[in-house]
Amino acid sequence: MTGQAQLLPGTLDLLILRAVSLGPLHGYGILLRIGQISGNKLLIEQGALYPGLFRLVRQGLLKTSWGTSENNRRAKFYELTAAGRKRLREETDSWNRLAAAIGAALGAQPEEV
Amino acid sequence: MKLLAYFRSLAARFLHRSQLDAEMQEELRSHIQHRADDLERSGLTRAEAERRARIEFGGEARFTEETREALGGSFIETLVQDLRFSLRLLRKSPGFAAVAVVTLALAIGANAVVFSVMNALILRPLDVPQSESLWVLESAKDKDASQSYPDFIDLRDRNRSFDGLAAFNVSLAGLDAGEGRSPAWALEVSGNYFDALGIQPFQGRLFHPSDEHGPNSAPYIVLSYAYWHSHFQEDRGVVGRTVRVNKHPFTIVGVAPPAFHGTVLFFYPDLYVPMVNQEQIDGANLLDARGNRWVFEVEGHLKPGVTREQAIADLNSIGSYLEKTYPKDDGNMTFTLARPGLHGDYLRGPMEGFLAGLMLLAGLILLAACANLGSLFAARAADRSREVALRLALGSSRLRILRQLFTEALLISLVGGAVGLWGSAALLRGLSAWQPLPKYPIHVPVNPDANVYGLALLLAMASGFLFGAVPVRQILRTDPYGIVKSGATATTGRRISVRDLLLVAQIAICAVLVTASLVAVRGLARSLHSNFGFEQRNALLLDTNLSMAGYTSDTAPVVQKHLIEALEAIPGVESVGLADAVPFAESWASSLVFTDKTADLRPSNAAADAFMYRISPEFFRAAGTALLSGRALTWHDDTNASRVAVINCEFARKIFGSVTSALGGYYKLPDGIRIQVVGIVEDGKYWSLTENQQPAMFFSILQSPSSSTWLVVRSSRDPQQLAAAIRSAVRDLDRGLPINIQTRYEVLDGKLFAARMATVSLGVLGAMGAMLSVTGIFGLAAYSVSRRLRELGIRMALGAQRKELLQAALGRPFRLLAFGSAAGLLLGILASRVLASIVYQATPRDPLVLAGAVFAMALLGLVATWIPAQRALSVNPLILLREE
Repeated sequence: MTGQAQLLPGTLDLLILRAVSLGPLHGYGILLRIGQISGNKLLIEQGALYPGLFRLVRQGLLKTSWGTSENNRRAKFYELTAAGRKRLREETDSWNRLAAAIGAALGAQPEEV
Repeated sequence: MKLLAYFRSLAARFLHRSQLDAEMQEELRSHIQHRADDLERSGLTRAEAERRARIEFGGEARFTEETREALGGSFIETLVQDLRFSLRLLRKSPGFAAVAVVTLALAIGANAVVFSVMNALILRPLDVPQSESLWVLESAKDKDASQSYPDFIDLRDRNRSFDGLAAFNVSLAGLDAGEGRSPAWALEVSGNYFDALGIQPFQGRLFHPSDEHGPNSAPYIVLSYAYWHSHFQEDRGVVGRTVRVNKHPFTIVGVAPPAFHGTVLFFYPDLYVPMVNQEQIDGANLLDARGNRWVFEVEGHLKPGVTREQAIADLNSIGSYLEKTYPKDDGNMTFTLARPGLHGDYLRGPMEGFLAGLMLLAGLILLAACANLGSLFAARAADRSREVALRLALGSSRLRILRQLFTEALLISLVGGAVGLWGSAALLRGLSAWQPLPKYPIHVPVNPDANVYGLALLLAMASGFLFGAVPVRQILRTDPYGIVKSGATATTGRRISVRDLLLVAQIAICAVLVTASLVAVRGLARSLHSNFGFEQRNALLLDTNLSMAGYTSDTAPVVQKHLIEALEAIPGVESVGLADAVPFAESWASSLVFTDKTADLRPSNAAADAFMYRISPEFFRAAGTALLSGRALTWHDDTNASRVAVINCEFARKIFGSVTSALGGYYKLPDGIRIQVVGIVEDGKYWSLTENQQPAMFFSILQSPSSSTWLVVRSSRDPQQLAAAIRSAVRDLDRGLPINIQTRYEVLDGKLFAARMATVSLGVLGAMGAMLSVTGIFGLAAYSVSRRLRELGIRMALGAQRKELLQAALGRPFRLLAFGSAAGLLLGILASRVLASIVYQATPRDPLVLAGAVFAMALLGLVATWIPAQRALSVNPLILLREE
């Protein structure tokens, strides 16, 4: 489990939205998808995922439906709503700006100042 | 949007809580299964894979808890938790819970009752269509709503502001529907009455202006729904039937709707008859008498767009026209408009004042209850300081602890409010069904409505917050480490605390109430034994209206003479007096009088407005009124003799300047007739116990006959037997004449209704205040004893005497009691001045009242501290010291 980064507060929601934006997923699928798209570099507690999911559903960013998974098991699938898609766009932009700014700040060389 | 979603999820959670929980469980299961599938693929057995998956997932409880929190509704969750905790705490101390709930139930119940009455009589609009535009005419000068019939006709026809002005008058009629005559209360109404009020018939039809064609032209009656129900068993065939009213045939044309009972709030008439038939109902025709204001009320809806001020100006211009045109009859015709329901401002004014006073007292009671509970809560919080400190030390926030305290306070206040409301609703139902004056169809419809329930809820919540707030400071100041270390023995010290102030305030309020109720009771008792100008004991009163048996003013005197003779013949009867009205009875007449020198007899020149009674020669003897000088009337003072009168002293002083100069003198009535004074009687009370001394004159019933008949029968025989004898004597004379017999005292009773109500309500509130004080003092004393048990034990072990022990334990509560009582007594004496306007001879400067109040407060203190004192005295130092 080396090389895994702790999540910054508030970033789990963004990751969930991103994971689900690639297609409807059930809870465990979302965990796998985040692991896959982040190159297994992020540590997410399995139990911590669900409060985030319920919060996003309550905010109307995700919608749910019960269906059958690839393992032929009953599962609850999460899907982006229009509002969720919009939020993902906004959050991604703002994250990129923040990351760029912080990256620039941290990467600044003495002669550039 | 967000908020909406929040509420939706809150609601959904509430409604489908179990469903949601099940869904969460299923999702959890599904997650673990999927994880186990993966682990199984990596080579684990199924059982091992599932076990591992579950461990990886982490605490299931935490998952559900956090998920629920994310779902919203943690507020409700916390509330439920707090409620459960509070219930558990209260179950542990049922005594405290019971005292708190009962205290609040009483206080909120009292408020609900008083408010219901106020709501029903003052706040709630009259139950007629568009009641907000309905107004009653009344004189701007003396707030008198009565009018004469010709004036009413002029006002009705000449005004441009009203959608029809209607008039009504209250009258008692003898109704014979084939089963014998029985008295029924009738509203004599103008033809446009129902149209002007916008009332639709329940059965048949109602009256219309087209029914009226001069005197006695409309022999129709409309039944009230209640009378139709009780006397005609809701027989739909009743419309069109002919019945006899005072022996005259009348046709029932319809039934009024169930909700309608006229426009006097508490008066429920049996039937409605056209006013133009007055002669047949009342036995006299006053339709042309412009000077006789017998019409009870004139009322109407304002036209849309017309303001009250415009309407008053309109009426006043008619008034000044009437003054100019009929100077002899109409003086001072200026008008104002009053809300309907309580006979203009005549009843509304005093009623509003009285109810506002009661409401204030009830509010004080609630405040006292809150003070009481506040100190109980503070004491409890102090007892719990260890627990609170422990919770704080373990990381609970102060806010969370306060929240629980408030939840507990609100729980108690809501339960108390519900109990109080339930009790008051029962009381109000009884009050609504109650008929305070048996002879009259009077009900006070005070059933609680949404307003009352709303107020009770509001009061409960407010008082919950109020007394819940008392221990807040205490909690906020709690130092967890100090208390956990040293135990909760820190004494509160000797300085005055908020709790003490609350208790003093509460005792003062109680003392005010006790003093006020004692003042009222004393006043009432005294007023029953003061001199009214007649003798109350050993007198029966018989009243009837001969017009109910078809006699008119002209034929009545003969029957009246027979009646007197028949009653005088009854064994044991000392004397029988007859009059058209007696003092304190419901009907009365008065007339303007002029000095003999006045030539211009317009109302503004009148010397006085005097009560007028027409009496038989024996009346003064039967009534027990003392003749001071001159002679009484005789049977020779008839229509052939010159007009004479006996007057009271006040009359003599007002018209003739002194009692001595009045005898033999003359004065004039508005129609110019000169009257000679032949006798002078003592002053008395004529209309109300609190009235100023009024002038009164007594004419011979032979010189001005009336069919209204009151007989005073003086006898020391048992009233019941005598009444039976009187009934049979009257039956022998005229089988169908309905009569009403009561003792003189009962008539007075009716008059004292307001005073009695005031006394009873004050007494009840006073008792409540006393009860609250007892619990308050008890609470403080018990608490102070329990806090200092150890100290008391040590004192006892060191050889303290009982007296010293008590002083140590209860000195403080007693000092507070003394201080509060003194303050309350002083306030009560000041407040009692207000009472004097309702209760005759209510004065706080009465040694008995003062002694009574002091005694009552001392007794309260004794009762409240008895149990704590016993506890303090029974301290066993050995056991106590061992326990600690």
